[in-house]
This record gives sequence, C-alpha cells and structure tokens, in this order.
Amino acid sequence: MLTPAAVAAPSAIIVRANPLAKLAAASLIAGLALSSTDWALGLTLLVIEAALLPLTGVRVGRFLWRIRYLAFAAFTVGVVNTVFATGGGGTVWFDAGPLHVTSSDVDNGLALALRVGAMAIPGVLALATTDPTDLADALIQQLRVSPRFAIGALAAFRMLPLLAGEWRLIAMARRARGVDAGWNPVRRLRLFASTMFALLVGAIRRATRLATAMDARGFDSGVPRTHARIRRMRGGDWVLLAATAVACLAVYVAVVVSR
Amino acid sequence: MNSVYKWRTIDVVVAAVLAVAFGVVFWAWNLVWNAADASLGFFPPLKAIIYGVWLIPAVLAPLIIRKAGAGLLTEALAATVSALLGSQWGVVTIWSGLTEGLGGELAFAAGRYRRFGLPTSVVSGALAGLFASTFDTVLYYPTLGFLSYQVPYVAFATLSSAVIAGLGAPALVKALAATGVLDRFPAGRGRALV
Amino acid sequence: MSTLELRGFSWRHAGRAAHAVRDVTLRVEHGERVLLLGASGAGKSTLLAACAGLLAADSGEQDGEVLIDGADARTRRDRVGILFQDPETQLVMARSGDDVAFGLENRGVPTADIWPMVDKALSSVGFDYPLDHSTHALSGGEQQRLALAGVLAAEPEVLLLDEPTANLDPLGAAAVRDGLSRVLEGRDTTLILVEHRVGEVLPLVDRVVVLEPGGGIRADGTPQRVFAEHGASLAAQGVWVPEPWSSPPGPDPARPDGSSSGDTRLRAEKVGVRYPDAPRAALTDVDVELRDGGLLAVTGANGSGKSSLALVLGGLLAPTTGRVGVEGGPSARPPHRWRAPALARRIGSVFQDPEHQFVTSQVAEELALGPRAAGMSETDVEARVADLLEHLRLSHLARANPFTLSGGEARRLSVATALSCAPRILVLDEPTFGQDRRTWGELVDLIAGLRDSGHAIAVVTHDTDFTDALADRTLVMEGGRTC
Repeated sequence: MLTPAAVAAPSAIIVRANPLAKLAAASLIAGLALSSTDWALGLTLLVIEAALLPLTGVRVGRFLWRIRYLAFAAFTVGVVNTVFATGGGGTVWFDAGPLHVTSSDVDNGLALALRVGAMAIPGVLALATTDPTDLADALIQQLRVSPRFAIGALAAFRMLPLLAGEWRLIAMARRARGVDAGWNPVRRLRLFASTMFALLVGAIRRATRLATAMDARGFDSGVPRTHARIRRMRGGDWVLLAATAVACLAVYVAVVVSR
Repeated sequence: MNSVYKWRTIDVVVAAVLAVAFGVVFWAWNLVWNAADASLGFFPPLKAIIYGVWLIPAVLAPLIIRKAGAGLLTEALAATVSALLGSQWGVVTIWSGLTEGLGGELAFAAGRYRRFGLPTSVVSGALAGLFASTFDTVLYYPTLGFLSYQVPYVAFATLSSAVIAGLGAPALVKALAATGVLDRFPAGRGRALV
Repeated sequence: MSTLELRGFSWRHAGRAAHAVRDVTLRVEHGERVLLLGASGAGKSTLLAACAGLLAADSGEQDGEVLIDGADARTRRDRVGILFQDPETQLVMARSGDDVAFGLENRGVPTADIWPMVDKALSSVGFDYPLDHSTHALSGGEQQRLALAGVLAAEPEVLLLDEPTANLDPLGAAAVRDGLSRVLEGRDTTLILVEHRVGEVLPLVDRVVVLEPGGGIRADGTPQRVFAEHGASLAAQGVWVPEPWSSPPGPDPARPDGSSSGDTRLRAEKVGVRYPDAPRAALTDVDVELRDGGLLAVTGANGSGKSSLALVLGGLLAPTTGRVGVEGGPSARPPHRWRAPALARRIGSVFQDPEHQFVTSQVAEELALGPRAAGMSETDVEARVADLLEHLRLSHLARANPFTLSGGEARRLSVATALSCAPRILVLDEPTFGQDRRTWGELVDLIAGLRDSGHAIAVVTHDTDFTDALADRTLVMEGGRTC
C-alpha cells in the first residue's frame, strides 16, 4: 500500500540524524554529480556511496529493492543519450538512418546514466529514512519555515493512506456500476479521469473539515506557536554535513580538476 | 479584506491535501500506464505528449485557492509526497516540483493574482511545461541534438501542458464547483444558488 | 463561568439560497447539559459551529448574535472545545501524543507544561497507548477518544459535541460515551450535544432543545417533558426517540418474515482474501450462500473482514483462495472476472460511502448510465429512470448534481443506481449507517420489498434493529473467519 516503506530500523544512525542535515548532504552530492558529465565522477561517487551504505544502518536488500525504478530510469537515460546523441566522434559502431552510435556516444550515455544514479541515490536514501513529522519539526525549528504551512502539509500527509484506500474503493465502485474500459485507451483515460474526480471531491471535503477542526483547536489563533518537542542540529549532524562537504571537495579536486 | 498574501487555514490545508491527492493520482497513473511510460522513455519527444498530466496541480491549485504561491506550494508538495513515497529521483523530484510550480506560478503572478480566466491558465500550463522540460533536458538529456531532440521535446511538453493542464484544470474547477465542495472559495461562488 | 447565548441568530451559507439556521434565540447557563435535536437539515451542526466561533464572516451571511459570556463567540474560541463526527478529519498529527499537544502549541503553552497536560487529558478519556503510537493504528473509537483528549487538553469551559459516535461501530461508540461520562463527572463544563440516537446519551444530559426546520425552536425543557409532548412528531421527523416515548423500530407485523427463501443464487466456498503486504489474511475459509428471497446479515466488529467479504460477493475483489459461483452467470468464470456491464446486470453493490459510486453530474443521468450501457432503448431507459426516481422519492432532484445531495438522499440514490440494471443479487455495505429514523424506515421498507420480490440479498451491518427487522440468517465474523 501507499505508505513510506522503512528501509532502516528506527534506531539506525541515519534515521536519528536531523532530516535537514541529511537533505543538505544529499543536495551537496547531487550538485557535485551534476557539475560534470564525465563518467569517472559518476562512477567514483557511486562507489563511495555503495561503500558507505552499510555504515548508515540501512538494510541493504530493502534499499536495493527501493531503487529498482531508479536503476531502470538511469538505464533509459543512458540508452537515450547513446542512441539519439548527435555529432559524437570516435569509432562508428552502428549506423542506420537517424540511429547513429559511436564509441564516444556510448561513453556519453554511460556517463549520464552513472550521473543520474550518483545524483539520486543520496536523496532517495535521505528521504527513505526520514519521518515526515521529524522533517516538519526541523523545517519549523531550524529553517524557520512558517508553521502554518509545515503543519498544514504534515496534517495533509496523514491523509495519504486514507486517500490511497479511497482510490481503490472508487475504482471498484465504478466496476460495480457497470463501467469498465477493457483495453480501449480512450475509455481508460475517461475512467481514470472520473475516478480522479471522485477522489478530488472527497479530498477537498475532508480538507475543509480538517481545516475547521484545526481552527477549532486554535490553529489560526494568531498566538505565537510553542513547540512540544525541541529539535536541534546536534554535533553528529554538523559532522555529517562537514564530512560530506570535505568529501565532495576532495572528489571534485581528484576527479574533475585533475583531468 | 481577502489579501492574496493572507492564507486562511482552509487555503493551506486544501492546497496540501490536493497535493497529497495528486500524489495518489500519479501513483495510480503509474500502475495503469507504467508499461507505456517506460517504453516512451526511450524516445523523449513522444513521452512529452502526456507531459501535461503531471502539471495539473500547478494550474489547478492557484485556480481554486487564488493566493500567492499556491501553485508553487502545491506542486512542490506533490513532488515531496512522491519523493517520500519512493520516487526514483529522490531529492531531485523536489527540485523538479519547485521548477514546475515556479513556471505555473509566474502566469498568475503576472496577472497580480487577479486574473484567473482561461488565457491565464493556458499560459500557466505552458510555462510550467516549458520550465519543467527545460530542467529535464539539462539534467537527463544534455548531449542530445539541440534542434533534432531538445527543441521538439521542450516544444511538445509545453504544448501538452498548455492543453492538458491549461485547459484541463479550469474544466476540473468548473466540475468541482458544481458539487459544492468549493463553496468556501471564490472559485465556487460562481454557481447558481441551490 | 460560561454562559452561551444566541439572540435571533440566523445563518445562510454562501452559495445557498436557503438559511441553514433561522431565528434561534437560546440561552444555556453555566454547567447545563443540553441535547440538541431536530430533523436532518434543521441546522444543528451549523448552530454548533456558530457557538464554537467557527463560522467565518466570509463564508455566509449572519443575522443576530452568538455570545459567550457576553462577547462574540469568534473572540472567545479559547473557552470552547468542539468534537466532530469523523475522527479521520480531526486528527492532525501522525503520533498520538503530538495530536493532543497540537492545540496546546497553538495556544502558546510553554514547552515544559505541554506534556503533563497531554498525559492528564489522555488518562481522563482512558487512552492508554504510548505517546508515540501511530494515530493510523487506532480503531475509529480509539481515534475519537484521542480527538476528545485533544479537545479537553485545552480545558474548555464549553464543550460542543457534533454526533461524536455517528461514525463508529457499536463497541467504539460505547467506549466514546464511556470516556465522555468519565470526563463530565465532577466537572461543571457546559455541554451541547447533537446526537440522533437519543436513548444512549440521555444519561449525559438534563435539558433537550428541539430545532424547528423552518426556523426557531420547537421545544425546550427536560427530556421527560419534551419527549412526552413531542415524541411522536420528533420520531416522524427522523429523530430516534427512545422508549417509552416511542415504539422501537422493529419488524412490521404486516410484512412477511422472509423465511420463504428459495433456491441458491450465489455460493461462495472457502473464500479467503489476503492483501499484499498485509500481516494476516483479511478473510479465511468463509462459506456463504445467498438464496432468492432471502436476506443474509453479516455482522462483526470493524476489521473483522465484513467489507472484504462484501467486495468478494459483489464480484469486485478477487478471492486469493476458494471460489464463488453464481446461478445464471454469463460464463462459468467467477464474478470478479466478468466484464463490468455483465456484473452490474447480475449483482448490484451499494458502497458505504454513496459518493464513491457517482459517475455523472446529474441524478437522472446517474440512473440512466447502467441501463444505457446494458443496451436498453432510449424510451425504456427513460421509463426506468422515471420509475426509480419516483420509487425512491428523488423526482424533485432529477437535475441536481449527485454530490450536492444530503446524506439520506445520497444513500437513496446509491441504492437506486444499484437497482438500475435490475440485478437479482444485491450486496449492501452498511446501508442504514448514520441515517435518521425516517430514512431508516424507508430503507427497511425498500429492502424488504426487494427481498420479497425474490432478490438474493447480503447486508453488511452493525445495525441490530435492521437485522432484527429483516434478516432471515446472520453470519458473524471475527478476525476474518465466520463464527
């Protein structure tokens, strides 16, 4: 069902880190991966990420399952950039009309596939180990995001499994009404749109009721909000950030600048 | 009395729940169209034809909420929801969401949040598509031919978003208003008294 | 001290032609406990929202005043707590403790004071899960008690309850009422309670106020006096007036008892359902037989597998084990493999939430959809639609948008849609849930008529009055099995 799946035990180091520290570290790595289209950079980052993975407390098997779509997407990006690239030099391996594959195209495609993987994995890891409540706490207390928006979003996020179950029921109710689409793509689209519409009607109704209930408990009172739980960036969080920054710089110098 | 910068609780929560609902819609879309999507992935310009589907919230939310930042917030949140649910791109999904939302938001900001007619929403859809597909090109297809692939990809995506999101979102608002769920929003006030 | 006063109060929601509440004048003294009654649509919920200061000035048009201790209720919201019927749209946070703390944070209570207040509120309603327990893992009754704790944590002087048990199964409802009486004992909280099922909450109140649908107040006084004088007319309006002031709903003596059920129409053998990723099966080895002219009631607590069983019988969910066979099916295949039009002509399903089933933007279109898909001629379709509209008292709503209907109307329409393709088998999930007594009576008559005309019917329900009135057999579910 539609709930964030746990890829680590609740007590793992990575789960306890401040969500902002994790997301900032992931963004640093993603930014570095984007800085070059050289395959050596992507490969180096991927190797480092793989080597560090067991230290975070993540269950490796579950994590690999989680990134299966990423692997496929990276493969797609690699193929597209190989097959449709233009003006690549090197040995011609394949040539048929618009399809024109050279050794440098393959080089390029490989580099981009690696880049996509290296860029996305830290972010997937950070998000897969972050509880939305912790993220909202950190956004409000560390980044001074407006609590009205952060708490509003958190309350909405609570509805996710509810709305996912709703989607299934609405789809079944359409079948009970004698409406199905078979393999006709146009009818499939219309059925999809009608299911979406019923979902949105119910979602807005619920949101309206939820907003009223939140106001009834003083959400719009205008009194400065206090925090039931104080969350700080701890020593370990700064270490995580600093270590990531130093490592990124080192990789950049070693791989990109030196070539 | 209703400033476009002052969000009521109902504005915040409806925007956020719309984002979550679209998280579910996109998840269901993937279940239905995964095979088609995956094969289209091998030829980006074709994939761009259905691009607008992903940008519906960026146009829909401002049309309903009519507050500054509604498109940006909803699209970014919808992206965060799919990232938390395990979107393949992780944090990058949120960057995409912000880019898309920003594009859609610009059209409404240009009308100073006073124009919510069809032209504005079509422009909003087109800009969201333009921004998002340009971002894709830089990220995923940097080596492809500029005129042969990148330009058609961005053009198709922009057109698709102008049509699917730009025309689809106002139609959706009209249908939603008829059910009465938008009664507490300006968009729902147009209908006849019941 | 908190007194609550309405002076000539009227409210019209934006976008509505009619007033929701009209010309109500009422004074509730500190510590009084009031049960607020009225036909559905009389404006009880709107009145409570007004007392809680929740009717935003931009969401409608107001006449008169709502005062708490002499000041506009909108400025005294910190003295009032309100509990609504649906727990899912009141809980804000993912962790139980956080949810109770939410209201305290909003009111700027210092961090150090929050958790002791949370603990106190939780123990006062008898909630004993740890603070970080997920609010999703709770049953409806537990969620509602948690929501009550969230309201009480801020120590309101006026407590407003808007059908707090209407969305719960009987066990959950009893637990919430229990929590309520514990909370009220020894406090002088002013209380206004809206509830259809009067009998169960009578011990909690000392005054009954009845709203007149057209405006104003019809009756006001002690329960004894109000029910003695107005019991019969209240019952006619749909209020569940308790004994001895009204006769209990029960089998109509003129109605045949349905024991004359005939041949087997649908047979499910050893069916089981297991959802992917679920820790245990939702349904295990269940045998069910539906006979022509018979009504099978399926009962059991929430989560016992009743709804999954209804989906399997309705041909909407594939059983993971066992088989379902239907007499007169389009093929030898089980119903879940039939095409939708073939299914709708044979098995009609009515979902718990009527809105799940609405596909079009007009009531009449909604009823024409099935027959048209079945290939009926346009004149026959029209006749059929007119017939159903008439039969279910929906004719005046033929052009309305289905999503704008009231609870009772939407329920009748959802039953009508299931009947539109004239199936011989009907599967209904909680058809009487949350209905007022008048709609309840109509539904019982309608379903009895269908049974007596030879339909094979299965009804998933918590409603013992309904089961007593109509069922010829009862299946009790527990933990996915029959017992």
